[in-house]
Amino acid sequence: MRTDRESDLEARPTAAELDTARRSRVLMKGNQAIAEAAVQAGCDAYFGYPITPQAELLEWMAKRMPELGRVFVQAESELGAINMALGAAATGARVMVSSSSPGISLMAEAMSYMAGSGTPMVLVNIMRAGPGLGGIGPSQSDYFQATKGHGHGDYRVPVLAPDSIGEAMELTATSFELAERYRTPVMLVADGILGQAMEPVELRFRMPERHAFDWALTGAAGRPARIIKSIDLDPEVLENRNLALQHKYREIARHEVRWEGWQLEDAEFAIVAYGTAARVARSAIAKAREKGIKVGLFRPITLWPFPERQLMRLSQRLHGILTVELSSGQMVEDVRLAVEGRCPVAFHGRMGGMVPTPDEVLGALKALRGRTERARGESHAVAPPRAEPVHAHATYEHSETTPWVHERARREGRR
Amino acid sequence: MEHSVVFAGFGGQGLLFAGQVLARAAIKDGLEAFWIPSYGPEMRGGTASCTVIVGDGPIGSPVVDRFDAAVTMNLPSLRKFAPRVAPGGLLAMNTSLLGKETGGRHDVDELHLLCTELAARGGDDKLVTIVALGALVGRLGWVTPGAVRAALREMAGRKRPEIVEADLGAFDAGLEAGAVPAAT
Repeated sequence: MRTDRESDLEARPTAAELDTARRSRVLMKGNQAIAEAAVQAGCDAYFGYPITPQAELLEWMAKRMPELGRVFVQAESELGAINMALGAAATGARVMVSSSSPGISLMAEAMSYMAGSGTPMVLVNIMRAGPGLGGIGPSQSDYFQATKGHGHGDYRVPVLAPDSIGEAMELTATSFELAERYRTPVMLVADGILGQAMEPVELRFRMPERHAFDWALTGAAGRPARIIKSIDLDPEVLENRNLALQHKYREIARHEVRWEGWQLEDAEFAIVAYGTAARVARSAIAKAREKGIKVGLFRPITLWPFPERQLMRLSQRLHGILTVELSSGQMVEDVRLAVEGRCPVAFHGRMGGMVPTPDEVLGALKALRGRTERARGESHAVAPPRAEPVHAHATYEHSETTPWVHERARREGRR
Repeated sequence: MEHSVVFAGFGGQGLLFAGQVLARAAIKDGLEAFWIPSYGPEMRGGTASCTVIVGDGPIGSPVVDRFDAAVTMNLPSLRKFAPRVAPGGLLAMNTSLLGKETGGRHDVDELHLLCTELAARGGDDKLVTIVALGALVGRLGWVTPGAVRAALREMAGRKRPEIVEADLGAFDAGLEAGAVPAAT
């Protein structure tokens, strides 16, 4: 009798087959790849309003959805789009909306209503630089908005952050799955680079299984009417609804954390970064390793639920952590909460559509290493203990191009 | 090993297209590729550029500190990107437009290409950036000429089949112009 292992080996593609598959991959733009992944995941209805750098996603849907007899609406505004999505989702349809940062802000109110009423929906944010109308360059400055914010009330939504176009396609299907499994809006966030870039991808798609929903508004003939709403004016009833929501968020936090580690086995330092920043970090890590710095990458894939326990455990054996973002430092707050002072946490970021380069990140990494080495050296010597913990110095390590930050850090250090 | 190149010039010179041809050729050669346009206001006239990174493993950073090669098709892009070429890298220049301009670098391989004239020899003098792509491939060999020709047939063939031969001609003219001269 064959063992499973033997049949596995036989089923595995040969090197020649793998090579052919590799050479027949197609070059696809991030925005279009996400759109096609949504189509192939069975998206029934798409609502949107054009905005750079997300426009090709909407364009792709404008072409594909009518071809398949599905719903595409370019709404009169972002508010229109997201509220149409709420209505469509209430019928149990698989619904997607996409936009970029300023457009997402306009959609915030409906996100709260959808969380409150338990309507599944996938919202894609191809982030650009703010605040306000800002610019169209790539950015990760909507981390707070995605993970802590949008609308009012005690709610959370799962937030997924791919770092490649192939992963964005896979996570698009995952987003629909999570939305329906937990009856919640789900956000897929990527910066403008991932939306605009092209990479080779395999045209491999996934269609999440369809379930009959016992909550969907499908017409009440022959059964009791169902109601989807977020309002409850009786505080006791509303508290119970909130308790149920919090229970759901604990379930999501328990089961849906996703992250990736790279070169962490022997690491003394880790860079924590997601999306495009994680790719910059990979190049910086390759350069650092050539110089003998033992550093790896910790990449959150779910920004909420944040992989806090995994990072906490890792931090116990690290000399220091560098967080890299296309922002002034937003995720770094969650990194510090997870690490709870177990090791110093430094930060490097760029704003306004600028992107940190590998050399910049390497520089920030060397600075962190220098500080932690000095601190460890001093703790072994007879010298009196420092007045502040080490991470107070590492905390505001921003780019060389923002000298005022260094100036502030120096002043605060002196105080 | 990763290699990066920026194609820069006027919108309409076919920069984004040439970059995509290179990326597709890399896939055909079994390599990894990353293509990113400057998607800012440049798209609406003025200068345009795209960066292509090819490599034999997963591509890391989409932004690079220094380019291994720059293809500069007009003066603003020469001024902008000549200083950003890595020492020992390639600076390809569209001499048809740039005339006697230089990149002012002594530590890079400065390649002067009469793109318009070479493209005309291939059959269509507008295909200037395909000439430059040919020169890049002839000089640096990141991808095979066969893969580029296959990519050109696919990509040009889909929208404008009548222009495929001229594209292939422009590529071959550039390939020859860029080929490393025999040591003397």
